[in-house]
Amino acid sequence: MARIIVVTSGKGGVGKTTTSASISTGLAKRGHKTVVIDFDVGLRNLDLIMNCERRVVYDFVNVIQGEASLNQALIRDKRVDTLYILPASQTREKEALTREGVEKVINELSETFDYIVCDSPAGIEHGALMALYYADEAIVVTNPEVSSVRDSDRILGILQSKSRRAEMGQDPVKENLLLTRYNPSRVEKGEMLSVADVEEILAIPLLGVIPESQIVLNASNQGLPVILEAESDAGQAYDDAVARLLGEEREHRFMSAQKKGFFSRMFKGD
Amino acid sequence: MSDTATSGVQHCFQLKSASVSMTALELYYFENDEFEDTLRDKISQAPGFFKDIPLIISLEKYEGLSSELDFFKIIGTCRRHNIHVIGVRGGNDDQRRMARGAALALLPGGSQRDRQVDTADSNATAANEPTEAEVAAPVAAAPAEPAPARIISQPVRSGQQVYAPEGDLIILAPVQAGAEVLAAGNIHVYGPLRGRALAGIHGAQSARVFCQSLEAELVSIAGHYKISEDLQDHGWKTAVQIQLRDDLLVVTPLERA
Repeated sequence: MARIIVVTSGKGGVGKTTTSASISTGLAKRGHKTVVIDFDVGLRNLDLIMNCERRVVYDFVNVIQGEASLNQALIRDKRVDTLYILPASQTREKEALTREGVEKVINELSETFDYIVCDSPAGIEHGALMALYYADEAIVVTNPEVSSVRDSDRILGILQSKSRRAEMGQDPVKENLLLTRYNPSRVEKGEMLSVADVEEILAIPLLGVIPESQIVLNASNQGLPVILEAESDAGQAYDDAVARLLGEEREHRFMSAQKKGFFSRMFKGD
Repeated sequence: MSDTATSGVQHCFQLKSASVSMTALELYYFENDEFEDTLRDKISQAPGFFKDIPLIISLEKYEGLSSELDFFKIIGTCRRHNIHVIGVRGGNDDQRRMARGAALALLPGGSQRDRQVDTADSNATAANEPTEAEVAAPVAAAPAEPAPARIISQPVRSGQQVYAPEGDLIILAPVQAGAEVLAAGNIHVYGPLRGRALAGIHGAQSARVFCQSLEAELVSIAGHYKISEDLQDHGWKTAVQIQLRDDLLVVTPLERA
């Protein structure tokens, strides 16, 4: 049985797809057979970040509607051979994601994969509800600002009331907080919420803190999951998060502004 | 089984006294369309609470003509909104006869509890209030059987609503911004109260709100409320209790013993 992980947030633009790409790549790199599914029907992005947009033939909706087999739609990653991508449809309606259809695909994937990562669309509409419905575990991606925290709180409430685990009365969906775009020096100036603030408000365990970094944007534009930028702080932070997801104990890094010297040295080098 | 042991015969049922808190609709006058509009409006403010609740029509403050009163219309309208009218309280003989005709139960008139509050609140203006009210007050003050409290141990997240329709609501976790907690009785939050808390929603003026950190968007007791802006000056982000005194919400710190 595969473990199903949803990457969600409520708010848009906080880094769900970036996180889905890095977490799934990280799991696969550690030898776990992993598939990442793009649930954002109509706003397909994951294939761009994973650099496989030119290899999309069939998509998630095609499989649900029986127009293609799962094997035809799955795209094998060129860098990590235990990683597969199931792209979203760019042309169909969101309603094409039926609960039964999604269940059928997830059950079929469960037979051969260790991890299924569901990249949720923003919002709390149908697509987001479908992405989280079958989850065993959730990574709630949050930026250190109040509106993002509020939306994360909303999604946490939905996870605990509208997921399959909640409806069946099973153990609740395991919650993980991933704080992205964290800028310690802006936190010190009081322009951003601190890790402690966000943890205090949301009251869920912290999976990781990803520092705000130009590397993330560059990597996205090049179609490279940030985690493969092993030298960068953001890449290392994602690697730590994957390790913690698998139960390893790792100290949290990149949370204070002391790295300033390191940053300035790097930019000078450029 | 043991209940019927004295008589030695097991009856089909047994009558027991029950005390239930209920919502009363205090009718001032009746106009069908306006009634439905107002009802719809009230329900839209808290959808969910009104679903399938029993309702009493209180006629004590009815000022319209008896001939305008149409219980069949009232029952029908309420039914359409999933509210069950079960009886009337107060009213004159004519009105009570009409109510009986509509198969409604007749409850003893004159809510002494309300009058007690009225006289206490405005002794001067309550000159027309019969003196019996004061005599009757001790009866009303007799404590009713406590309704069970509802206990929640998970955080109440933004967009969620938790409702205790009869007794107290006890929450052993944060109530987040954008969440709403409501109770017929008191509300206790053993954590920060960041959302909206409405205690005494059926009109219990003695209800209170307790919380470990007051950061609420709104606090209401028996319909009297304060919004976040008005709460900032007293006990903000500290442990407090909030109660109703002379129709005003008063915030006092919870002192550690």
